[in-house]
Amino acid sequence: MKNYFEIENLKVDYKTYEGEKNVLDLEHFVLEKGKTFGLVGESGAGKSVLAQTILGILSRPPGIIKSGKILFDGEDLLSKSEKELRRIRGKRISMIFQDPMSTLNPVFTVGTQITRVIRQNQGVNKKEAFKRAVEKIELVKISDAADIMEAYPHELSGGQRQRIIIAIALSCDAELLIADEPTRNLDVTIQAGILKLIAKLQKELNVSVLFIANNLGLASATCDHLAMLHEGKIIEKGTTKEVLHNPRHPYTKAFIEAIPKDKNHKIHLEQIAKNNGTSLNSAGCPNINLCLETEEKCQEHIPMLKQFQGTHWVACHRVQENKEVNL
Amino acid sequence: MNETLLQVSALTKHFPILAGFFSRPVAWVKAVDNVNFEVHRGETLGIVGESGCGKTTLVNVLLNLMKPTAGKVIFDSIDLYSCSKKELRELRQHLQIVFQDPFWSLNPRWLVKDIVAEPLNVHLKLKPDETIKRVEELLDMVGLPKDAVFKSPHEFSGGQRQRIAIARALALNPKLLVLDEPTSAIDIFSQAQILELLKDLKERLNLTYILISHDLSVVHHMSDKIMVMYLGEVVEYGAADDIFNRPAHPYTKALLNAIPDINTESLDEINELKGNVPSAVNPPAGCRFNTRCSEVMDFCAGKKPLASDIGSGHTASCHLL
Repeated sequence: MKNYFEIENLKVDYKTYEGEKNVLDLEHFVLEKGKTFGLVGESGAGKSVLAQTILGILSRPPGIIKSGKILFDGEDLLSKSEKELRRIRGKRISMIFQDPMSTLNPVFTVGTQITRVIRQNQGVNKKEAFKRAVEKIELVKISDAADIMEAYPHELSGGQRQRIIIAIALSCDAELLIADEPTRNLDVTIQAGILKLIAKLQKELNVSVLFIANNLGLASATCDHLAMLHEGKIIEKGTTKEVLHNPRHPYTKAFIEAIPKDKNHKIHLEQIAKNNGTSLNSAGCPNINLCLETEEKCQEHIPMLKQFQGTHWVACHRVQENKEVNL
Repeated sequence: MNETLLQVSALTKHFPILAGFFSRPVAWVKAVDNVNFEVHRGETLGIVGESGCGKTTLVNVLLNLMKPTAGKVIFDSIDLYSCSKKELRELRQHLQIVFQDPFWSLNPRWLVKDIVAEPLNVHLKLKPDETIKRVEELLDMVGLPKDAVFKSPHEFSGGQRQRIAIARALALNPKLLVLDEPTSAIDIFSQAQILELLKDLKERLNLTYILISHDLSVVHHMSDKIMVMYLGEVVEYGAADDIFNRPAHPYTKALLNAIPDINTESLDEINELKGNVPSAVNPPAGCRFNTRCSEVMDFCAGKKPLASDIGSGHTASCHLL
């Protein structure tokens, strides 16, 4: 069976004054049709660069795509021309951006902004586009759709704005949705609603979702598969359960450790504190400071992502030799 | 330990909405309405609530950055709003704040030494070499290297900037430190470090914290007492473990029910709170939460619930209790 969405050997560099820095180095990952794949990492891990690369909106320079393939339905997105990409963007692959406050244009009504996307991608007339826009707004559970069409973004609450952004992202029946921290600036009370909405639409329309998060709780609730991203590389991936309930990589372990719990819990920081290696292409494992015991190998070679058990892959020398990793 | 440091009674702040040629108030935004609580010395009080519930206004009023519409705040047995200017100036040394976003709260054109030394220059007028010595001591206390003194804020990461902000807040040995969402703008690893640093400083310097956050796990990690606010009012107050293990108010329950953690396996386990926060200009009559409450009864919209004690200082304002 052909994979629906697949990334192979993707390498993206950024040009800096100190030379080219590798920001994304993904060997391989697959997103199955109708499933949710979560990408978790700190800021600067390369999550948003990946989203931009997939959509072809990475600013170049400073970005340089060194090599690799992004296969979407059997076709390589990286070899497409801008004109061809424009037919895919918005129509087949769409994105929910993270900040509902700055994604919408404040000087146009919501209706103008949705109908513009629909007319651009589906080539229908104004009246038809308006009708479809109202349908989409109703789809995201906003009741008075006709009034909302006339409203400017500042008249809406944060939750409503985020819903509108989802409506725009889904307005042309995209098959692949990239959700870049879709609930980042929202209150927790609205968050669950937005996530459920995305999940419901996903089921109804059989959309695949690439879910970018910096919060493991959200990823745990929404994703089928999970990859931990650190300095542009996937360091652990597997089903959500495997990664979160049986973490193997020291970075994943540290990430889970760093979540605040209750009053009596003390976060062990000795290791975390050392983990600030923003090195320019140095040799050795970038997470070496996290581990209590290290091998010679760890100093010399960057570990590759290798199969640990079934669908669970880990990039760590010690794990690959079946040794325990302790923080 | 059990001595009261801050006592807030019937604190109210309403903002006028001005309109017309003479800018007369046509309506009032009831940002903080009749809030009562006390903070004991050495305690951490966590304040949680959705955006727009009045957390930040409450802090601004508490620090006397705004005058309240009504109410009284007694800090260290001095009335904050009726004391003389000289007393207030004295008092301000002991009431400090760490702001939410360290990218906005530090002046980008100043060196770290100027930022941290500013409160010293304003209040103590030390000699230059004493000032530098104190700044170095403060930076050491928050875990920054000595050479940070002559750097500018842009040379630091978010977590380090927040450390600078903490050093500035600690410069005058305050008694009460207000932390307004101290980690919401920074990464998870920096957050962990800042939280542990704050815990550690509290022990060492015998501080008292008021921590504001919308992240319940942060509040749970830090607080002894928790106060839940909704639309300018306190709906529940109690010891942190009581609030987390035995929430009494439907709003608190809804808040706790809305956050997923790493053991949440599907979205069915979490629930959103229906509807939007009503306007604070015309808050719902009776119980302000009645428009969104899952357990609403007929008389909830007619009668305002009073805070009832449900054991060991745990209070909640709900007709169900």
